[in-house]
Amino acid sequence: MAKISFREDRCKGCGLCTTVCPKKIVQLSRDRINSKGYHPAECIDESACIGCFSCGTICPDCVITIEREAAK
Amino acid sequence: MANTVFQKPHALCDVPLHYCPGCTHGIIHRLVAEAIDALGIEGRTVGVASVGCSVFTYNYFECDMVQAAHGRAPAVATGLKRAEPNNIIFTYQGDGDLAAIGTAETVHSAARGENITIIFVNNAIYGMTGGQMAPTTLPGQVTQTTPYGRDPQYAGLPVKICEMLSQVDGATYLERVAVDSVAHINQAKRAIEKAFRNQVEGKGFSLVEVLSTCPTNWGKEPAAAMEWLRENMIPYYPLGVYKDKYADEKGGSK
Ligand SMILES: Cc1ncc(C[n+]2csc(CCOP(=O)(O)OP(=O)(O)O)c2C)c(N)n1
Ligand code: SF4
Repeated sequence: MAKISFREDRCKGCGLCTTVCPKKIVQLSRDRINSKGYHPAECIDESACIGCFSCGTICPDCVITIEREAAK
Repeated sequence: MANTVFQKPHALCDVPLHYCPGCTHGIIHRLVAEAIDALGIEGRTVGVASVGCSVFTYNYFECDMVQAAHGRAPAVATGLKRAEPNNIIFTYQGDGDLAAIGTAETVHSAARGENITIIFVNNAIYGMTGGQMAPTTLPGQVTQTTPYGRDPQYAGLPVKICEMLSQVDGATYLERVAVDSVAHINQAKRAIEKAFRNQVEGKGFSLVEVLSTCPTNWGKEPAAAMEWLRENMIPYYPLGVYKDKYADEKGGSK
Protein backbone atom coordinates (compact mmCIF):
# COMPACT_ATOMS: atom_id res chain seq x y z
CA MET A 1 0.00 0.00 0.00
CA ALA A 2 1.29 3.41 -0.92
CA LYS A 3 0.06 6.81 0.09
CA ILE A 4 0.49 9.73 -2.30
CA SER A 5 0.02 13.33 -1.23
CA PHE A 6 0.18 16.58 -3.18
CA ARG A 7 1.30 19.95 -1.97
CA GLU A 8 -1.38 21.49 -4.05
CA ASP A 9 -0.50 25.17 -3.63
CA ARG A 10 2.90 24.45 -5.27
CA CYS A 11 1.45 22.72 -8.35
CA LYS A 12 1.70 24.64 -11.64
CA GLY A 13 -0.49 22.22 -13.58
CA CYS A 14 2.31 21.34 -16.02
CA GLY A 15 0.93 17.80 -16.27
CA LEU A 16 4.29 16.02 -16.55
CA CYS A 17 3.32 13.66 -13.68
CA THR A 18 0.25 12.54 -15.64
CA THR A 19 2.45 11.36 -18.52
CA VAL A 20 4.62 8.96 -16.50
CA CYS A 21 2.25 7.20 -14.07
CA PRO A 22 2.24 3.50 -15.06
CA LYS A 23 -1.22 3.10 -13.51
CA LYS A 24 -2.61 6.23 -15.23
CA ILE A 25 -4.15 7.41 -11.96
CA VAL A 26 -2.57 10.88 -11.79
CA GLN A 27 -4.58 13.55 -13.58
CA LEU A 28 -5.05 17.28 -13.55
CA SER A 29 -8.23 18.18 -11.70
CA ARG A 30 -10.97 19.26 -14.08
CA ASP A 31 -13.13 21.13 -11.62
CA ARG A 32 -10.73 22.65 -9.09
CA ILE A 33 -8.11 25.40 -9.28
CA ASN A 34 -5.40 26.14 -6.71
CA SER A 35 -4.31 29.46 -5.25
CA LYS A 36 -1.99 30.03 -8.24
CA GLY A 37 -4.92 29.55 -10.62
CA TYR A 38 -3.78 26.20 -12.04
CA HIS A 39 -5.69 22.93 -12.24
CA PRO A 40 -3.66 20.90 -9.74
CA ALA A 41 -2.58 17.28 -10.15
CA GLU A 42 -4.52 14.70 -8.14
CA CYS A 43 -4.74 10.94 -7.76
CA ILE A 44 -8.03 9.48 -8.93
CA ASP A 45 -7.57 6.01 -7.37
CA GLU A 46 -5.24 5.90 -4.42
CA SER A 47 -5.82 2.18 -3.87
CA ALA A 48 -4.13 1.52 -7.24
CA CYS A 49 -0.94 3.46 -6.40
CA ILE A 50 2.13 1.19 -6.31
CA GLY A 51 4.41 3.83 -4.79
CA CYS A 52 6.89 3.84 -7.70
CA PHE A 53 7.25 7.66 -7.36
CA SER A 54 7.58 8.17 -11.12
CA CYS A 55 5.27 11.18 -10.76
CA GLY A 56 7.43 12.67 -8.00
CA THR A 57 10.61 12.02 -10.01
CA ILE A 58 9.47 14.12 -12.98
CA CYS A 59 7.69 16.85 -10.96
CA PRO A 60 9.76 20.06 -11.25
CA ASP A 61 8.16 21.59 -8.14
CA CYS A 62 8.44 18.91 -5.43
CA VAL A 63 4.67 18.79 -5.15
CA ILE A 64 4.47 15.04 -4.49
CA THR A 65 5.32 12.98 -1.41
CA ILE A 66 5.01 9.20 -1.40
CA GLU A 67 4.81 6.92 1.62
CA ARG A 68 4.85 3.14 1.59
CA GLU A 69 3.90 0.66 4.27
CA ALA A 70 7.10 -0.73 5.77
CA ALA A 71 7.70 -4.43 5.06
CA LYS A 72 6.72 -6.60 8.02
CA MET B 1 4.33 2.08 9.91
CA ALA B 2 4.57 4.08 6.74
CA ASN B 3 7.95 5.05 5.32
CA THR B 4 8.38 8.16 3.25
CA VAL B 5 10.01 6.94 0.05
CA PHE B 6 9.94 10.19 -1.89
CA GLN B 7 9.89 13.82 -0.76
CA LYS B 8 11.62 17.17 -1.22
CA PRO B 9 15.32 16.81 -0.34
CA HIS B 10 16.57 18.76 2.68
CA ALA B 11 19.14 20.80 0.72
CA LEU B 12 16.37 22.31 -1.43
CA CYS B 13 14.70 25.28 0.30
CA ASP B 14 11.02 24.96 1.11
CA VAL B 15 9.96 27.83 -1.15
CA PRO B 16 8.04 28.01 -4.44
CA LEU B 17 10.35 28.02 -7.49
CA HIS B 18 9.77 30.90 -9.91
CA TYR B 19 10.29 28.76 -13.03
CA CYS B 20 7.59 28.41 -15.70
CA PRO B 21 5.22 25.42 -15.47
CA GLY B 22 7.00 22.25 -16.63
CA CYS B 23 10.46 23.88 -16.78
CA THR B 24 13.05 21.21 -16.05
CA HIS B 25 15.26 23.54 -13.99
CA GLY B 26 13.14 22.39 -11.02
CA ILE B 27 13.93 18.71 -11.63
CA ILE B 28 17.65 19.45 -11.92
CA HIS B 29 17.59 21.55 -8.74
CA ARG B 30 16.09 18.59 -6.92
CA LEU B 31 18.77 16.23 -8.26
CA VAL B 32 21.53 18.58 -7.08
CA ALA B 33 19.92 18.82 -3.63
CA GLU B 34 19.54 15.03 -3.49
CA ALA B 35 23.26 14.65 -4.20
CA ILE B 36 24.11 17.14 -1.44
CA ASP B 37 21.86 15.20 0.96
CA ALA B 38 23.25 11.82 -0.08
CA LEU B 39 26.84 12.91 0.54
CA GLY B 40 25.99 14.79 3.76
CA ILE B 41 27.84 17.92 2.61
CA GLU B 42 25.22 20.64 2.99
CA GLY B 43 27.10 22.48 5.74
CA ARG B 44 30.30 22.80 3.71
CA THR B 45 28.88 23.28 0.22
CA VAL B 46 28.93 26.65 -1.55
CA GLY B 47 27.06 27.04 -4.83
CA VAL B 48 27.74 29.62 -7.51
CA ALA B 49 24.64 30.98 -9.26
CA SER B 50 25.05 32.08 -12.86
CA VAL B 51 23.09 34.51 -15.02
CA GLY B 52 19.98 33.16 -16.71
CA CYS B 53 16.65 31.87 -15.46
CA SER B 54 18.53 29.94 -12.79
CA VAL B 55 20.08 33.05 -11.27
CA PHE B 56 17.69 32.62 -8.34
CA THR B 57 19.33 29.34 -7.35
CA TYR B 58 20.80 31.45 -4.58
CA ASN B 59 17.32 31.43 -3.02
CA TYR B 60 16.71 27.74 -3.62
CA PHE B 61 19.57 25.83 -1.99
CA GLU B 62 20.02 25.61 1.77
CA CYS B 63 23.83 25.88 1.44
CA ASP B 64 25.69 29.16 1.03
CA MET B 65 25.49 30.65 -2.45
CA VAL B 66 27.46 33.29 -4.37
CA GLN B 67 26.25 35.11 -7.48
CA ALA B 68 28.74 35.39 -10.33
CA ALA B 69 28.77 37.77 -13.27
CA HIS B 70 27.51 36.27 -16.55
CA GLY B 71 29.70 33.31 -17.58
CA ARG B 72 32.21 33.75 -14.76
CA ALA B 73 30.91 31.10 -12.37
CA PRO B 74 33.86 28.69 -12.89
CA ALA B 75 36.31 31.54 -12.15
CA VAL B 76 34.44 32.42 -8.95
CA ALA B 77 34.28 28.71 -8.06
CA THR B 78 38.04 28.47 -8.60
CA GLY B 79 38.63 31.26 -6.10
CA LEU B 80 36.25 29.77 -3.54
CA LYS B 81 37.80 26.31 -3.83
CA ARG B 82 41.38 27.55 -3.57
CA ALA B 83 40.55 29.74 -0.57
CA GLU B 84 38.59 27.00 1.21
CA PRO B 85 39.73 23.63 -0.19
CA ASN B 86 37.58 21.67 2.27
CA ASN B 87 34.40 23.26 0.99
CA ILE B 88 32.47 21.63 -1.83
CA ILE B 89 31.98 24.14 -4.63
CA PHE B 90 29.51 23.78 -7.48
CA THR B 91 28.27 26.02 -10.27
CA TYR B 92 24.85 25.84 -11.91
CA GLN B 93 24.94 27.35 -15.39
CA GLY B 94 22.79 27.56 -18.50
CA ASP B 95 24.08 27.16 -22.04
CA GLY B 96 24.00 30.90 -22.72
CA ASP B 97 26.10 31.38 -19.62
CA LEU B 98 28.52 28.46 -19.90
CA ALA B 99 28.83 27.93 -23.65
CA ALA B 100 28.70 31.53 -24.94
CA ILE B 101 29.91 34.39 -22.75
CA GLY B 102 31.62 31.98 -20.32
CA THR B 103 33.41 29.67 -22.76
CA ALA B 104 36.88 30.79 -21.71
CA GLU B 105 36.17 30.21 -18.00
CA THR B 106 34.70 26.80 -18.82
CA VAL B 107 37.67 25.62 -20.87
CA HIS B 108 40.37 27.02 -18.62
CA SER B 109 38.88 25.79 -15.35
CA ALA B 110 38.84 22.34 -16.97
CA ALA B 111 42.39 22.76 -18.30
CA ARG B 112 43.60 23.71 -14.83
CA GLY B 113 41.82 20.67 -13.46
CA GLU B 114 40.09 22.68 -10.75
CA ASN B 115 38.49 20.37 -8.20
CA ILE B 116 34.98 21.77 -8.73
CA THR B 117 31.59 20.46 -9.91
CA ILE B 118 29.74 22.09 -12.79
CA ILE B 119 26.06 21.47 -13.53
CA PHE B 120 25.51 22.59 -17.11
CA VAL B 121 21.87 22.98 -18.12
CA ASN B 122 21.55 22.81 -21.91
CA ASN B 123 18.08 23.89 -23.02
CA ALA B 124 19.25 25.03 -26.48
CA ILE B 125 18.06 28.61 -25.98
CA TYR B 126 18.46 31.78 -23.91
CA GLY B 127 15.50 31.43 -21.54
CA MET B 128 15.68 34.43 -19.27
CA THR B 129 16.07 37.06 -21.98
CA GLY B 130 13.12 35.81 -24.01
CA GLY B 131 14.25 32.98 -26.24
CA GLN B 132 17.17 34.11 -28.40
CA MET B 133 19.49 31.65 -30.20
CA ALA B 134 22.14 30.05 -28.00
CA PRO B 135 25.40 28.43 -29.15
CA THR B 136 23.61 25.13 -28.50
CA THR B 137 20.50 25.94 -30.59
CA LEU B 138 19.99 23.13 -33.12
CA PRO B 139 20.27 23.70 -36.89
CA GLY B 140 16.80 24.63 -38.11
CA GLN B 141 15.52 25.44 -34.62
CA VAL B 142 13.21 28.46 -34.47
CA THR B 143 14.07 31.08 -31.84
CA GLN B 144 13.38 34.80 -31.48
CA THR B 145 16.59 35.60 -33.36
CA THR B 146 16.31 32.74 -35.87
CA PRO B 147 12.64 33.07 -36.87
CA TYR B 148 13.18 30.91 -39.96
CA GLY B 149 15.23 28.33 -38.07
CA ARG B 150 18.96 28.44 -37.28
CA ASP B 151 20.81 28.63 -40.57
CA PRO B 152 24.29 27.09 -40.12
CA GLN B 153 25.56 29.02 -43.17
CA TYR B 154 24.84 32.25 -41.36
CA ALA B 155 24.84 31.35 -37.65
CA GLY B 156 27.31 28.48 -37.57
CA LEU B 157 26.88 25.11 -35.93
CA PRO B 158 26.14 24.22 -32.29
CA VAL B 159 28.87 23.87 -29.69
CA LYS B 160 29.13 20.39 -28.16
CA ILE B 161 30.59 21.02 -24.73
CA CYS B 162 31.18 17.43 -23.56
CA GLU B 163 32.87 16.45 -26.82
CA MET B 164 35.00 19.60 -26.73
CA LEU B 165 36.08 19.24 -23.10
CA SER B 166 36.86 15.55 -23.55
CA GLN B 167 39.96 16.77 -25.43
CA VAL B 168 41.09 18.83 -22.44
CA ASP B 169 43.62 16.84 -20.42
CA GLY B 170 42.78 18.56 -17.14
CA ALA B 171 39.15 17.38 -17.04
CA THR B 172 38.31 14.38 -14.85
CA TYR B 173 34.68 13.50 -15.48
CA LEU B 174 32.26 14.55 -18.23
CA GLU B 175 28.83 13.05 -18.75
CA ARG B 176 25.80 14.12 -20.76
CA VAL B 177 22.39 13.16 -19.41
CA ALA B 178 18.77 14.19 -20.03
CA VAL B 179 15.64 14.72 -17.94
CA ASP B 180 12.94 13.81 -20.47
CA SER B 181 11.90 10.52 -18.82
CA VAL B 182 11.98 8.84 -15.42
CA ALA B 183 14.77 6.49 -16.55
CA HIS B 184 16.88 9.37 -17.85
CA ILE B 185 16.24 11.42 -14.69
CA ASN B 186 17.48 8.48 -12.59
CA GLN B 187 20.64 8.32 -14.71
CA ALA B 188 21.05 12.10 -14.35
CA LYS B 189 20.78 11.67 -10.58
CA ARG B 190 23.62 9.13 -10.58
CA ALA B 191 25.80 11.35 -12.75
CA ILE B 192 25.25 14.46 -10.62
CA GLU B 193 25.98 12.56 -7.42
CA LYS B 194 29.16 11.20 -8.98
CA ALA B 195 30.24 14.68 -10.03
CA PHE B 196 29.93 15.80 -6.39
CA ARG B 197 31.55 12.63 -5.00
CA ASN B 198 34.54 13.15 -7.29
CA GLN B 199 35.13 16.52 -5.66
CA VAL B 200 34.75 15.10 -2.14
CA GLU B 201 37.39 12.53 -3.10
CA GLY B 202 39.66 15.21 -4.57
CA LYS B 203 39.50 13.79 -8.08
CA GLY B 204 39.20 17.08 -9.95
CA PHE B 205 37.07 18.81 -12.57
CA SER B 206 33.64 17.24 -13.10
CA LEU B 207 30.94 18.53 -15.43
CA VAL B 208 27.49 17.08 -16.06
CA GLU B 209 25.62 18.40 -19.09
CA VAL B 210 21.87 18.04 -18.62
CA LEU B 211 19.69 18.22 -21.74
CA SER B 212 16.60 20.06 -20.61
CA THR B 213 13.57 21.95 -21.85
CA CYS B 214 12.35 25.53 -22.00
CA PRO B 215 8.66 24.99 -22.77
CA THR B 216 7.87 28.71 -22.72
CA ASN B 217 10.46 29.85 -25.26
CA TRP B 218 10.21 26.70 -27.34
CA GLY B 219 6.47 27.47 -27.61
CA LYS B 220 5.50 23.97 -26.52
CA GLU B 221 3.43 22.31 -23.81
CA PRO B 222 5.68 20.77 -21.14
CA ALA B 223 5.03 17.17 -22.27
CA ALA B 224 5.52 18.10 -25.95
CA ALA B 225 8.77 19.84 -25.02
CA MET B 226 10.01 16.61 -23.41
CA GLU B 227 9.21 14.80 -26.67
CA TRP B 228 11.01 17.45 -28.71
CA LEU B 229 14.08 17.05 -26.50
CA ARG B 230 13.97 13.26 -26.99
CA GLU B 231 13.49 13.40 -30.74
CA ASN B 232 15.76 16.33 -31.63
CA MET B 233 18.31 17.08 -28.93
CA ILE B 234 19.38 13.55 -27.95
CA PRO B 235 20.29 12.53 -31.53
CA TYR B 236 22.40 15.70 -31.90
CA TYR B 237 23.84 15.57 -28.38
CA PRO B 238 24.33 11.85 -27.64
CA LEU B 239 24.02 10.86 -23.99
CA GLY B 240 26.82 9.10 -22.17
CA VAL B 241 30.14 9.40 -20.39
CA TYR B 242 32.60 11.46 -22.44
CA LYS B 243 35.46 11.20 -20.00
CA ASP B 244 36.05 9.36 -16.74
CA LYS B 245 39.73 9.61 -15.92
CA TYR B 246 39.62 7.18 -13.01
CA ALA B 247 37.49 4.55 -14.78
CA ASP B 248 39.77 4.87 -17.83
CA GLU B 249 42.86 4.38 -15.68
CA LYS B 250 41.35 1.25 -14.21
CA GLY B 251 40.75 0.07 -17.78
CA GLY B 252 37.01 0.67 -17.43
CA SER B 253 34.77 1.39 -20.37
CA LYS B 254 34.03 4.89 -21.68
C1 LIG C 1 27.31 40.67 -19.40
C2 LIG C 1 25.89 40.30 -19.73
N1 LIG C 1 25.54 40.11 -21.02
C3 LIG C 1 24.30 39.75 -21.34
C4 LIG C 1 23.35 39.59 -20.36
C5 LIG C 1 21.92 39.21 -20.74
N2 LIG C 1 21.56 37.83 -20.42
C6 LIG C 1 20.92 37.52 -19.29
S1 LIG C 1 20.56 35.88 -19.18
C7 LIG C 1 21.29 35.57 -20.68
C8 LIG C 1 21.33 34.18 -21.28
C9 LIG C 1 20.72 33.12 -20.43
O1 LIG C 1 20.64 31.91 -21.08
P1 LIG C 1 21.07 30.53 -20.44
O2 LIG C 1 22.39 30.64 -19.79
O3 LIG C 1 20.92 29.50 -21.51
O4 LIG C 1 20.04 30.28 -19.24
P2 LIG C 1 18.47 30.00 -19.26
O5 LIG C 1 17.84 31.33 -18.98
O6 LIG C 1 18.09 29.43 -20.60
O7 LIG C 1 18.23 29.04 -18.15
C10 LIG C 1 21.79 36.75 -21.25
C11 LIG C 1 22.45 36.82 -22.55
C12 LIG C 1 23.75 39.80 -19.02
N3 LIG C 1 22.88 39.63 -17.99
N4 LIG C 1 25.02 40.15 -18.73
S1 SF4 D 1 11.92 30.83 -19.67
FE1 SF4 D 1 12.47 28.70 -20.11
S2 SF4 D 1 14.31 28.22 -18.86
FE2 SF4 D 1 13.34 30.09 -18.04
S3 SF4 D 1 11.96 29.38 -16.37
FE3 SF4 D 1 10.71 29.56 -18.27
S4 SF4 D 1 10.77 27.50 -19.18
FE4 SF4 D 1 12.45 27.62 -17.67
